[in-house]
Amino acid sequence: MKHKTFFWFILPSLAAMLLFIAMPLVSVTIQSLFVEHDQVLVEVENCTPFKCESSVAVDQEATAVLREERPLGQFNGLGTYTNRSHLAFAEVGEAWNASGSLYDFGAQLMNLPFYKALAFTITYTAVVTPFVIVLGLAIALGVNALPQLVKGPTIFCSLLPMIVTPLIGSLILFWMVDADGILGAALQRIFDDDQLSLKASHSLTWIMLIVYGIWHSAPFSFIVFYAGLQTVPQETLEAAQIDGATRWQRVRYVVVPYMTPLVVFITLMQLMDNFRVFEPIVGFSASAKATSLSWIIFNDLRGGDIQLFGSAAATSLLTILGVVVLLMPVLIRTWQEFGRKVV
Amino acid sequence: MASVAQRRSPGLIFFSTAFIVFWLMIATGPFIWTVWGSFKVQGDFFSKTDWRYALYGVRTITETGDAFTGNGYFGAWIQQEFWRNAFNTVIVVTFTVIISLTMGTLGGYALARSGFRYAFWLLMAALVFRAMPHITLVSGYLLPFFEWNLWGHLPTTIIVLVAINQPFTLWMLHSFFLNIPKDMDESALVDGCTRLQAFRHVIIPVMWPGVITTGLFSFLLAYNDFAVTSVLLSQENQTMVPKIASFLGTVRQQGQVMFAVAAVVSAMVPLFFLVLFFQRQIVSGLTTGAVKG
Repeated sequence: MKHKTFFWFILPSLAAMLLFIAMPLVSVTIQSLFVEHDQVLVEVENCTPFKCESSVAVDQEATAVLREERPLGQFNGLGTYTNRSHLAFAEVGEAWNASGSLYDFGAQLMNLPFYKALAFTITYTAVVTPFVIVLGLAIALGVNALPQLVKGPTIFCSLLPMIVTPLIGSLILFWMVDADGILGAALQRIFDDDQLSLKASHSLTWIMLIVYGIWHSAPFSFIVFYAGLQTVPQETLEAAQIDGATRWQRVRYVVVPYMTPLVVFITLMQLMDNFRVFEPIVGFSASAKATSLSWIIFNDLRGGDIQLFGSAAATSLLTILGVVVLLMPVLIRTWQEFGRKVV
Repeated sequence: MASVAQRRSPGLIFFSTAFIVFWLMIATGPFIWTVWGSFKVQGDFFSKTDWRYALYGVRTITETGDAFTGNGYFGAWIQQEFWRNAFNTVIVVTFTVIISLTMGTLGGYALARSGFRYAFWLLMAALVFRAMPHITLVSGYLLPFFEWNLWGHLPTTIIVLVAINQPFTLWMLHSFFLNIPKDMDESALVDGCTRLQAFRHVIIPVMWPGVITTGLFSFLLAYNDFAVTSVLLSQENQTMVPKIASFLGTVRQQGQVMFAVAAVVSAMVPLFFLVLFFQRQIVSGLTTGAVKG
């Protein structure tokens, strides 16, 4: 295909991606260097018959005008990155010096919003991904053994948790485990404790969100593995059996090696998707106990009266940095493979 | 026709079947429970006394005289005007799917037929773009959109969703076009067609299975989106999902939670039918990327 034809074919798609994916990145970078205007203060003199007192008041009009004129705010350099709600170098250093043990240091870090969100995001990604892979493989093996007639309906039912809107899926589970819901009430009865609530404890909230994540993503890995199982050659399986391999050995040494490329694929997709975990925190109203990087950006944009563009932008850039680190192994591998292909 | 290698002992069959039945209960149980419960009153669906109230609708009978009630649906759709949000969702989803497929087929076709180095780099860039959390992009849009008075309108959201969709659409259609033999359009070129004519007369007639599958996933992305629609749409233009989220924040009084439950079930129904009719396409779409490696 000629360069010119290629260009015209790709133009609409490329323009959309440049305008709405690449440009926002530039815009985010610029925004992160600015911070909201301080309120304009004026000195007002209040005179009583005896004496005059001067006090400081907010000049609402001037503040509004200033915000109107320079919506970006004032230049702050890298200040936003290092303040308390982001990397918090000062606070981290202080905590490092003050704390006696690593555990203590970790506990102090968890009081800083950025590190709290980072900790949950990483934990969620690191726990959900392997569980999804193992559970998906188990379901795929199970479904593969079912009679042909019931396979279709089984796949249909298994797809539902993944297809349904994440916010809706998390709400449905939340209503069941909430204190008045069927599971929540059952737990209260089992432990004979009227105050028991999954929402009240840090670790239970985290577990609840992680269980949701596994429930939501397991169908994806199930479908991929199930399709992969159809391509495992029967001859190899039979040969292994003739050689005296047990069922477990056949799964371990024949089926699993065939699945390895699929595991790489699922891991990649899951890392990308789990790193942006966001909707379940809204759905489970869990933000008091667990926040994610995406959630704190959302909160800066929608949470308060004033939108903290600078703060949201700084967190966004740090998040993107995290995504790049996460994808680095894949990118390097693809680049090497491509180099080999060309040479 | 089961081969020797597939023969299993009864114990193993029992174990694996039990496991699948257990999984199916986990996968579908919550949906069945919520759909059933959405026709009850709050006192039954969130019953502290006895969970069986939700099954038989004890309080629903005392409050409304019947074991089933449509009050939640009436409240959500009529009183809270959920139909407006449903209508907005229809507009957003329809246009997002049509526009992103149009752009995606052209781009995906070009990428599949071009052996140049930059085609590879474009695909790599698309992969990185796909990994970007949507909310980070949204925080970049917000200030410019406010300044240019673009914020809050449906067309803005549609364009943004199309753009966010593009990396995925490109990858998927690119791999579908790779499966269409090169000889087909090249013989058309030899016969004197231009690229566009070859695309129009040779590729378009055979590309529909791939386009439908990709369209399904564009639909899901637009329909399920919360991050973009909740930040970029004004109150009156909200689609269904952000509206459900604001239901949660506003009221938790008697009866009101059931509005949210009814709205959630209503928003679930189209997805249910989508899986019912397009199960084969969804499965093949999920696995295209995987088989390609």
